[in-house]
Amino acid sequence: MTTTFARPESLQDVVTHYCPGCTHGVIHRLVAEVLDELGVRERTVGVAPVGCSVLAYNYFNTDFLESPHGRAPALATGFKRIRPDMIVFTYQGDGDLASIGMSEIIHAANRGEKFTTIFVNNAIYGMTGGQMAPTTLSGQVATTCPLGRDTAKTGMPIRMCELLSGLVTPSYLERVAVHNPQQIIRTKKAIRRAFQYQIENKCFSLVEVLSTCPTNWGKTPAESTNWVEANLKSYFPLGVYKTPEEVK
Amino acid sequence: MAKILMKGNEAIAEAAVRAGALYYFAYPITPQNEVGEYLAKRLPEVGGVFLQAESEVAVGNMLFGAASTGKRVFTTSSSPGISLMQESISYMAGAQLPVVLLNIMRGGPGLGGILPAQSDYFQATKGGGHGDYRLLVLAPSTIQEAVDLTMQAFYLADKYRNPVMIIGDGMIGQMMEPVEFPDEHTEPPLPAKTWAATGASERRPLVVKSLFLDPIALEKNNIVLHQKYEMMKRDEIRYECYKTNPKNKILLVAYGTMARICQTAIDELETEGISVGLFRPISCFPFPESQLYAEATKPNIETVLTVEMSMGQMVEDVERVVARQRPVKFFGRTGGIVPSPEEVIDQIKQLLAAGTPAKAKA
Ligand SMILES: Cc1ncc(C[n+]2csc(CCOP(=O)(O)OP(=O)(O)O)c2C)c(N)n1
Ligand code: SF4
Repeated sequence: MTTTFARPESLQDVVTHYCPGCTHGVIHRLVAEVLDELGVRERTVGVAPVGCSVLAYNYFNTDFLESPHGRAPALATGFKRIRPDMIVFTYQGDGDLASIGMSEIIHAANRGEKFTTIFVNNAIYGMTGGQMAPTTLSGQVATTCPLGRDTAKTGMPIRMCELLSGLVTPSYLERVAVHNPQQIIRTKKAIRRAFQYQIENKCFSLVEVLSTCPTNWGKTPAESTNWVEANLKSYFPLGVYKTPEEVK
Repeated sequence: MAKILMKGNEAIAEAAVRAGALYYFAYPITPQNEVGEYLAKRLPEVGGVFLQAESEVAVGNMLFGAASTGKRVFTTSSSPGISLMQESISYMAGAQLPVVLLNIMRGGPGLGGILPAQSDYFQATKGGGHGDYRLLVLAPSTIQEAVDLTMQAFYLADKYRNPVMIIGDGMIGQMMEPVEFPDEHTEPPLPAKTWAATGASERRPLVVKSLFLDPIALEKNNIVLHQKYEMMKRDEIRYECYKTNPKNKILLVAYGTMARICQTAIDELETEGISVGLFRPISCFPFPESQLYAEATKPNIETVLTVEMSMGQMVEDVERVVARQRPVKFFGRTGGIVPSPEEVIDQIKQLLAAGTPAKAKA
């Protein structure tokens, strides 16, 4: 009998704490598959954020550092500067990366730090119970904007790929999604490319993944994937925002 | 090795390199900028890393990442910068990471000023960040001592897997003195850094973290930390007595730059036939409690006078230790004003003129 589908070596054999229908798990698996395929598991160090993926280190079969809220890019910088031979990635939510950690991600990207960021954008604060995130859509309901986000008072949702692509330093920036099989395949390609660039020591690379939070969106898993397609994707257009080749 | 004339900040930078700390992350702030400027040139020569971060918030966290490699890493800053690092200092203490931080203190609170002060004593010795943790805190009073303590600090950080803070002030950073660098380390060997993240090739993956969601596990970690601090209290007490003798009625207590000024005052008084002694904590945490108690409660001592470049911070430790066995008085200037030896002499003479105070209640 041939095995056609198995757990990647880069994932541990444990039970997940993520809610049913949450796509954090899909993203974990894609990262793990890529680490396996590139053969870098044994020299990889992940940096876990604060947010629902705070326990990412329980799932990946690689060394991990647990960062303060938003500071993963600074930890990754410190580590990678000393160990350029290792593969370093941060895994961060939108609250982590686009709110409290905005400064750290911009400066790490601008310095062209040679690590990879997996940016999970679910347009809400999951772990703390559904408060407004910097990426929460206009009119979207969250516990701290119960009547829907009023952008006149809170500003427009921040588009990180667009914002970072304004930087001159070579970077690989792509926005993808995981709400259907076709997008999942694309996401894996983007993650693979991001790590490949790191292996080639080319640039800072960030893959923004539109993710779901059925629990705090108050939707079923199926409604959630539809909502990504109908709402999230139109404000956060998918695509490649920058590649190192573009930068002379 | 011959002595060379060096500025305090540069001597500390060179000491760090010689201690094998080749990885430096920092953000500019007066009055310690010479450290970064020196290392920007020096570290590339020895295959090290110099990185100017975007903020002290980032610096602290770069240290976390960098220390996780198991290499010797450090930063230097001054009061407002150290405040911004408190988040990461708490995390590094929680994750048991060895790092060395130098605080060349300036006047505060807030943006304060850029002149020398000792007003971050509470922050350094009592916390600053959240949670049950302590730093090992060392306070040099000469540039030579700053060099020696810097080199020791990296060893101690590794030994205890704990952040170590050196507190100096603008005077220590800016003045020039002849210094000698020890040729070799003579410290006992340290255990292998099996906790460092180096890739899960020949072992199970490991996590460098301060997160313990299970209260039993968190309490266990806090107990481990506490035992470490108790070990420091037993083994890492550093202090010096200057001209303490049975003729003294007054015992001065001061650290760092202020201790030097007190020494000048003591020498001056000696020429007038007045004999005064000084107790100088070198480790501010662990505080030399029993040693100070022994000096302060000698039968001849009538008053203990604590002198600081602050509104009174270490004096609380002195009061705690002397525990009403003797009256504890305080004299300090703040805002960046360094008390002169004459001011200290004046304080001492006033105390002597006031005569023996009624014996304090035990
Ligand atoms: C300094 C600090 N502030 C606030 C928090 C509380 N906190 C924990 S998770 C979180 C939000 C995380 O949201 P996001 O990054 O979007 O991740 P998600 O949970 O949605 O995956 C916040 C505010 C914290 N741990 N530390
Ligand atoms: S709260 Fe939301 S983001 Fe967090 S695990 Fe549950 S569904 Fe996922």
